Amino acid sequence: MSVAGLIRMGDSTLVLGQRVSEWCGHAPALEEDIALANTALDLIGQTQLWLGLAGEREGQGQDADALAYRRDPWDFRNLLLVEQPNRDFGVTMMRQFLFDTWHLEVLRTLAQHPDAEISAIAQKSAKEVTYHRERSTDMVIALGDGTEESQQRMQSALVRLYPYVGEMFTIDPDDLIDMATLRPGFDAHLTATLDKATLTRPASEFAHQGGKTGARHSEHLGHILATMQSLPRSYPDAKW
Amino acid sequence: MYAQMIKSEATKEDPVKLAAFQARIDAGEKIEPKDWMPEGYRKTLIRQIGQHAHSEIVGQLPEGNWITRAPSLERKAILLAKVQDEAGHGLYLYCAAETLGVSRDELTEMLLDGQMKYSSIFSYPTLTWADMGAVGWLVDGAAILNQVPLQRTSYGPYARAMVRICKEESFHQRQGFDIMMKMVNGTAAQKHMAQDALNRLWYPSLMMFGPSDAESVHSEQSMRWKIKINSNDELRQKFVDQTVPQAEYLGLTIPDENLAWNDDKGGYDFSQPDWSEFFDVLKGNGPASVERIEARQTAWDDGAWVREARMAHAAKKQATTLAAE
Amino acid sequence: MTNEWPLYEVFIRGQHGLSHRHVGSLHATDAQHAIQNARDVYTRRKEGVSIWVVPAVQITASSPDDKDALFEPSEDKVYRHPTFFNIPDDVGAM
Repeated sequence: MSVAGLIRMGDSTLVLGQRVSEWCGHAPALEEDIALANTALDLIGQTQLWLGLAGEREGQGQDADALAYRRDPWDFRNLLLVEQPNRDFGVTMMRQFLFDTWHLEVLRTLAQHPDAEISAIAQKSAKEVTYHRERSTDMVIALGDGTEESQQRMQSALVRLYPYVGEMFTIDPDDLIDMATLRPGFDAHLTATLDKATLTRPASEFAHQGGKTGARHSEHLGHILATMQSLPRSYPDAKW
Repeated sequence: MYAQMIKSEATKEDPVKLAAFQARIDAGEKIEPKDWMPEGYRKTLIRQIGQHAHSEIVGQLPEGNWITRAPSLERKAILLAKVQDEAGHGLYLYCAAETLGVSRDELTEMLLDGQMKYSSIFSYPTLTWADMGAVGWLVDGAAILNQVPLQRTSYGPYARAMVRICKEESFHQRQGFDIMMKMVNGTAAQKHMAQDALNRLWYPSLMMFGPSDAESVHSEQSMRWKIKINSNDELRQKFVDQTVPQAEYLGLTIPDENLAWNDDKGGYDFSQPDWSEFFDVLKGNGPASVERIEARQTAWDDGAWVREARMAHAAKKQATTLAAE
Repeated sequence: MTNEWPLYEVFIRGQHGLSHRHVGSLHATDAQHAIQNARDVYTRRKEGVSIWVVPAVQITASSPDDKDALFEPSEDKVYRHPTFFNIPDDVGAM
């Protein structure tokens, strides 16, 4: 029964990788452009592993590409957070920071998973994501504690994205692990970072739902998939 | 090439110093940032390396156009890695230019306000996935021909940047050819896309080498300074000679009725591109010129608050550290 | 232009046991940022196991004008090189 949980992992890394790759050629500095591409490359690589294993376990002959490129929006099980648009660099980095903080907690736990294939993917990914979290944390701190303008932008990015945090920790039998137990670790890193970044955590714990269950994605996912899947869908017989 | 139509700057220095400088170059020595150099050498290099760097950065855009639409996860990763390499190459080259006393920000502003150019090829649009193949195969193929000899250029930092770039670039052309092979062995639509991409990109690729040297009075000085190694025509001929058999292998037709093997010269005869189009493109009238500069301008403007904020934060951190000492 | 990120020089240890080698430069706001940027820019192909970064302004370089005074005096000290001495083959490896 791990297929649904594997697809959740792979869909989130897929959609976020797609989003981050949109920055290539457009970042605020060359160094950041290159760094964002590295993050996107890691996420695409992780997608190949998670969806590859999901396809194998499912046993219907679908490989990672088939799962990524031939499913419809209602089949996707990614978190709502990752389908949110890049908007400005501040929103992008805040989204990355929130995701990385959750992601690292998840991977550290999955690294101990009794299923050897799952723990192998988690161990490999955890190394990459340790660096992602370091980088996005430093960036959130620097931009939060930067200028008046940057502080405002980061605070509004946090306000905008915080309603997508709760979904990461809802308890759901399809997840590979009990996500709720990860919340304290997430909160500790979040609080410490926001403190250094001079940012204020929103008071409301309201949380949008429907990404990881697939019940109600945002309008953005359809656009992401329309773009991403356009070639394989338009030329179903072609090999690339 | 990536640095087309670079005019060498006139130099009016002490003839004794100039002769000694030329002797160093003739002896194959590398000129390093703190060494004496003629003002013309310095200025020509800034223009050439700067234009080369701009070409890498603007060159991210036509291929970046397809990253989100790459047809498989592996193709997406390969294309992203390649376009990322171009950002890296731009970075290395800007750093080389910076050793000559100009900053990256100054160079960027000269690109944005039109004082500096980038290679004409990147003002052409990428319309189908086959263009990712054709750009790698033709554009990177042409670039490599120019860049390999530049590893021996007389200016040390430029030569070292080129060594690193050539090492990284070796997979770029191959991945392009790999895409083309898949396309020509694929469905009828894929074959059509492949031929269409070749039709559109063939002449712009030939333009990359710049107009005939016969028309360029500046090449001579640059060649004496070893910041230009081969003539434009020489490299263009080499490019055609190496590409024609590759096109034949792919079963694609090069869009040139005059293309024919010439036994006497041991190379192909071929048609020149439309040079009036080339000069239009350089003036900013390429099919995608406006979009390219607009994209760079937007990235620059939208990124200003980030660059500023990171500096402000670093200053605060340093102040705190100093206060604690 | 006062907001331009300062230049750092990057040195990378390619393999265990080798010394750090200058590989290039980049811009960053502080040392930690420079290390991260160096990791992202200069180790994309597994080029290193350790990184040093130094603010470019902190590097003191010898002047090319002093080249003769600094380096020529060592040219005639040929006795510093092992090949200066002729040891008979019978002595064995030395």
